[in-house]
Amino acid sequence: MKVNKKSPYYIFCLVLLVILALLFLFPLYWIVTGSLKDKTAILIKAGQAVQWFPQAPTGANYAKLLANQVSFSILGLAAKMPAAVKWLGNSVFISLAAMLLTCVTASLAGYVLAKKSFYGKALIFTLFVCAMALPKQVILIPLVSLAKTLGLAESLWSVVLPIVGWPFGVFLMKQFSETIPTSLLEAARIDGAGEFRTFLSVVVPIIKPGIGALAIFTFISAWNEYPLQLVMLHRTDVKTIALGIAGLQSEMSTDYGLIMAGAALGAVPIILVFLAFQKYFTQGITMGAVKG
Amino acid sequence: MGTSIAAKSKAIRRRETLIAYLFLLPALVIFTCFVITPMVMGFVTSFTNANMGGSKFVLFDNYIRLFKDPKFLRSAWNTLFIVLISVPAVTAFSLWAGAAIYRMSAGARSFFRCVFYLPVVTGSVAVVVVWKWMFDTYNGLFNYIGTSTGLMTRGMDWLGNSTTAIWCILAILFTTSIGQPIVLYVAALGNVDQSLVEAAEVDGATGLQAFWRIKWPSIMPTTLYVVVITSINSFQCFALIQLLTSGGPNYHTSTIMYLLYETAFTNHQYGYADAMGVLLALVIALFSALQFKVMNGGTTE
Repeated sequence: MKVNKKSPYYIFCLVLLVILALLFLFPLYWIVTGSLKDKTAILIKAGQAVQWFPQAPTGANYAKLLANQVSFSILGLAAKMPAAVKWLGNSVFISLAAMLLTCVTASLAGYVLAKKSFYGKALIFTLFVCAMALPKQVILIPLVSLAKTLGLAESLWSVVLPIVGWPFGVFLMKQFSETIPTSLLEAARIDGAGEFRTFLSVVVPIIKPGIGALAIFTFISAWNEYPLQLVMLHRTDVKTIALGIAGLQSEMSTDYGLIMAGAALGAVPIILVFLAFQKYFTQGITMGAVKG
Repeated sequence: MGTSIAAKSKAIRRRETLIAYLFLLPALVIFTCFVITPMVMGFVTSFTNANMGGSKFVLFDNYIRLFKDPKFLRSAWNTLFIVLISVPAVTAFSLWAGAAIYRMSAGARSFFRCVFYLPVVTGSVAVVVVWKWMFDTYNGLFNYIGTSTGLMTRGMDWLGNSTTAIWCILAILFTTSIGQPIVLYVAALGNVDQSLVEAAEVDGATGLQAFWRIKWPSIMPTTLYVVVITSINSFQCFALIQLLTSGGPNYHTSTIMYLLYETAFTNHQYGYADAMGVLLALVIALFSALQFKVMNGGTTE
């Protein structure tokens, strides 16, 4: 398509977008630079110049953050490590477990919903779709008592399993599976491949981009599933990095340097993951909106 | 002969059913346990007075109480206000930004998409702590800029003021809401039939005419989808409020979802809180029904 790159409207849009982009990047910049400022540099006093860039960068906030230790037991052994590192580890565990389980369960289910005809298919698919139409957050209260009943109180699994159960993944994988040519599946059957073998060697390679999209999507949304984490996890050693930062904010509300160090520790890893898999991510968002 | 084929196909279908359920089993078990069960539990509990002491069926008492509870009515109004402001703002802005971005080179497109998606990726907690600092009365950047440029005579308490607090929430909600719609619009505009656009240009249509006559109708399904997802997210607005204002001052920024959280986890009135949840779910389900109607009515692609 021909675009007049010099038209005044195009220039206007570009300038406005660049300004907006800088405004969107600013909070992130303010987190990172704030975490590197010492106690006096971080204060903003009337009539005094604000430090737009830390003049004497310091690691003191990070040192203070890491000095806070947490004790916990792993495989029956007592262990100790900086609380912030443990929180980061918990977030990574929740995201990875939710990602792996969602990808396996959703691709198996999505494939048969798209490609097999069986008794009860319409009913099951309707159930999945109806559940997806309901808001996630309103089931928080019953989920807490359910987790207690199942012995999952204060367990990271109490956050992982509800995320895996959410039917969005099944829906997405069904849409990707629709594109599998039925002739390929029949050819595999004629060659004598079993059902599971067919799934692994024929289906999975075709729906790989879909699995990639679902994986990155689940990883990031599990990392940021703050409301669920908030009602499920309270003990210091099972907190996630998001809960940890929120806790710092309510307990040390004026120690901005420390809070920003926590925020940087939580935001930077997930941004790197996003940038690394951005291609799949965009695909996932668009596919989710397309008719199946 | 005919019957044996029918019997055979029935046997195949039975076998297929068995296999299908084996494949479905893991997803179905987790879905039933962690989505369906809590939904049923919440619905049933909403007809009880469940609290820390115990629970007794009270039929519709909770629902009747909701409509007489000034805190709930205020929260319901705030929720509606947030939806009414944020949905048009997010939709209009993301359409403009999407239209501007999709014409750029691949590199610029990917850069802008990333930047506007960043607040979604970093998550509400990291976003909120830095905004809370910027809004701070004594150490905040906004008051510093306001007073040092002479726009304000003295710093103000942005989050403690009943008029400004909700606008602060709306501003942050806006930054965390536009990422996905922009990605959707850039993709949808890329799918518009270029030959139609070129034909219109040959016929002498201006850029604006080509947009409203050709592109706008073909991205209509995306617009509806964006409106619906933005509404659903705005209806459920919770994390920002819990972290930024705790519903204050005096419930001026409380939403249904925030009040539900407070009622259940601070006051331990589970039955009453579940009634709020059921009511909110009904309202959102109406919007979602619209969404699936739109999606099944022949949309993008």
